[in-house]
Amino acid sequence: MRPAPPPSQRVVRIPPDQIRNQAEELRSLVAGIEGASVEEGIDMPVLHLPRERLLEGLQILRDGPLAFRHCSMLTAVDRMPEEPRFEVVYGLYSIEHNRWVRVKTRCGEFDAVVPSVTGLWPGANWLERECYDMFGIRFADHPDLRRILMPEGYEGFPLRKEFPREGIEPGRLYREWERRRQEPPATAAGESAGRYEV
Amino acid sequence: MGSLIEAPEPRNAGGQGFFTTRLQHLINWGRKNSLWPMPLGLSCCAIEMMAMVGPRYDLARFGAEAMRFTPRQCDLMIVAGTLTWKMAQAARTVYDQMPEPKWVIAMGVCSSSGGMYKNYAVVQGIDSILPVDIYVPGCPPRPDAVIDALLKIQKKIEKERPLAR
Repeated sequence: MRPAPPPSQRVVRIPPDQIRNQAEELRSLVAGIEGASVEEGIDMPVLHLPRERLLEGLQILRDGPLAFRHCSMLTAVDRMPEEPRFEVVYGLYSIEHNRWVRVKTRCGEFDAVVPSVTGLWPGANWLERECYDMFGIRFADHPDLRRILMPEGYEGFPLRKEFPREGIEPGRLYREWERRRQEPPATAAGESAGRYEV
Repeated sequence: MGSLIEAPEPRNAGGQGFFTTRLQHLINWGRKNSLWPMPLGLSCCAIEMMAMVGPRYDLARFGAEAMRFTPRQCDLMIVAGTLTWKMAQAARTVYDQMPEPKWVIAMGVCSSSGGMYKNYAVVQGIDSILPVDIYVPGCPPRPDAVIDALLKIQKKIEKERPLAR
């Protein structure tokens, strides 16, 4: 049996000079975008885009020579004391070149709106819904921005830093369902008492 | 004179014997020996529940092997696993759709108390949304434990008075 590799070799890493080259390539690609900056991350280059120029930058990444046609990941980070507070993170993958890039953009708490990328990658639909569900970040022009993990009518956004772990009034939603169940069914045509007939 | 009803001697009855009982006992006897479980398998407890029905533990010995996936045909709901708030409304709807009389087993710590998931997403014990007859601890409980719960439900059914309303 082969001995286990030392810890430094267990993770397959892209060599740092390769990341530097990729970052240089990205810099020249987004040179026309005001406020964009490229950073050399530990595993892939990281592109910071201002919210106003986000779609423009992502369009270049998708349709440009690097062809990042796969939106693999979309999430947010709550960096609470900092301002603006939320950081939306996109993980893009180029199938043709076997290459990754991470894109980050910022939005504040009181204008937590980011343009939706469902126009560029339709698969981002549910990822954005999850992001909205957990952080309360709204995605402008999203076709169907509803909660996805928590039930409809849930209050609060669980992955925000100020959210209590056990939730806000856990039984409230259920009491509301019960109250609705007790109500006499609506008589107007086309209206039903609930989602399911019991 | 003797008693009002004279039972024929068994050897003379020609296979046409009869017995007397109370209607209440007869109903309870029928109910307890033909429970039809509604398997609400929500997570890993469901695997143990399947083992319980399989040949090794063989729930058929106790007359409760006929699991049905429509609540209209069931009278014993086995909530096996973690009930989230997203699922809570559906679970309650399933319970409401079951015909009376009906009983509920909370199988495993998650459905009994929320278990290790003390957080915003998980119902902290299904008794906050359903009336529970018996709680089975364990993570997951062994099939024997659930069979024991079933036997306890049967004992409970024996003591019920179905005609007293």
